[in-house]
Amino acid sequence: MRQGQEVSVAGSRPPGEPMLVKIRDLHFSRGDRKIFDGVDIDIPRGRVTAIMGPSGTGKTTLLKLIGGQLTPDRGTIEVDGLNVHTLGRRELYRLRMRMGMLFQSGALLTDLDVFENVAYPLREHTRLSESMLRKLVLLKLEAVGLRGARHLMPAELSGGMARRVALARAMALDPMMIMYDEPFTGQDPISMGVLVKLIRQLNDAARLTSILVSHDVEETCAIADLVYVISDGRVIEQGPPQQLLESGSDWTRQFMHGLPDGPVPFHYPAPNLARDLFRGAA
Amino acid sequence: MEALARLGAGWIRAVRHLGRALLLLLRILEGQSELLQRPRLLLEQLFSVGVLTVLIIAVSGLFVGMVLSLQGYYILSQFAAESALGVMVAASLLRELGPVVTALLFAGRAGSALTAEIGLMKATEQLSGLEMMAVDPVRRVLAPRFLAGFLAMPLLAALFSALGVLGGWFVGVGLLGVDDGTWWVQMQARIDWNEDLANGVIKSLVFGFVCTWIAVFQGYNSLPTSAGVSRATTRTVVHSSLAVLGLDFVLTALMFK
Repeated sequence: MRQGQEVSVAGSRPPGEPMLVKIRDLHFSRGDRKIFDGVDIDIPRGRVTAIMGPSGTGKTTLLKLIGGQLTPDRGTIEVDGLNVHTLGRRELYRLRMRMGMLFQSGALLTDLDVFENVAYPLREHTRLSESMLRKLVLLKLEAVGLRGARHLMPAELSGGMARRVALARAMALDPMMIMYDEPFTGQDPISMGVLVKLIRQLNDAARLTSILVSHDVEETCAIADLVYVISDGRVIEQGPPQQLLESGSDWTRQFMHGLPDGPVPFHYPAPNLARDLFRGAA
Repeated sequence: MEALARLGAGWIRAVRHLGRALLLLLRILEGQSELLQRPRLLLEQLFSVGVLTVLIIAVSGLFVGMVLSLQGYYILSQFAAESALGVMVAASLLRELGPVVTALLFAGRAGSALTAEIGLMKATEQLSGLEMMAVDPVRRVLAPRFLAGFLAMPLLAALFSALGVLGGWFVGVGLLGVDDGTWWVQMQARIDWNEDLANGVIKSLVFGFVCTWIAVFQGYNSLPTSAGVSRATTRTVVHSSLAVLGLDFVLTALMFK
């Protein structure tokens, strides 16, 4: 068994399933604010795993920790058997060549057109001939349905198109995994549908492992094999989407069904209203 | 006691800031070797940092030379020393005004643009995107900009001084009647290669180094928000201007003691 293929016993996943990412006892703070307080997460190979939770719970931070852009206060993150935060710069960059990341904003280079954006990682890390590079870029763009948009500049793209270009770029080096940071936020229904379909299709066709960070319950549950719900720095619940939708936990039910009040109160903590109103100054 | 603690905290912040800037500078210098393999990155930045700054430098140099000639003439004519006008204009430009005013204009035009560009790349996650593509943004984005600024400054200062001399000649010889031959012969005889020209070039190299370092550091260190980028851009202009004026005094004291 390879180093990164330890067996998971957590949750309801099949025993013996190989893990690509293993997070153990993760602690991370920003200033005085604790973002993660002893989080354990396993990301199985070849699956779409969703990390869900309300805004501000550190979902994007988790992706940056997995990608080695942030360093945890305590705990370990292993990707394909490598402890991300003990790697030197060169080894980390070598690992990142096997990871793709789709940023919420797309993060396209604004002075390059669509073709050059997708070609960028290939130009940086390979010595392919120009004709081979062209073919590869066009194939990647074809996979996201934007071959015809290759001459457009990022400023000329809609939000959904920008994310699809970013997805083509993230796949350019044929990574083993792709991390999606809030891919559905601010998308119209058509773009949303396209992205949902693409994430699932690409995962299965390219035998990827996908980590999907989102708080869009319906879209995420439609494509995820496994869902982790996090809040207050901890994993609240984990399991297949259907199991979480039917969960008996008040917190999970409130989040998964979008209930306005529950364990997460509608009101931000504040003093008594009457006392606050008649006290005078704010 | 509280004021003392605040003062101490301020100093610690400043030292930490300086430490971060020094570490970034080391990484930028380390990344220079890669530019030999990718000269195109440097050429693009030389255009953006240098060529696009030429117009403001040229126009300013011309007017500064004209004013210098006008003011110099009124003073020198009181001592019947108008013949030294050309030397005075050229020496002032080569020793001081060329490097200093060019650096101040550079900080306002190119330095602020560098900070804003890098800051916006950070705010729009382009730098994070590069990192996740296993591309070091310090080597790809910061290193070529730094070298371009360092190389462009002495060239811009030379242009400023050359056009300043021409502007001074136009006013002194063309409008105020100073003898054309005297203007050029005196300048040729009295301007010293080391004392005037080389010292001016050294000054502009130092200013180029410092101004570009401040600009790229402020951009890279800016908060990834519109207000953060705006504050970083302002800091670039203020810090660069103060650094140029302070260093000019130190360099002048060392060079002309």
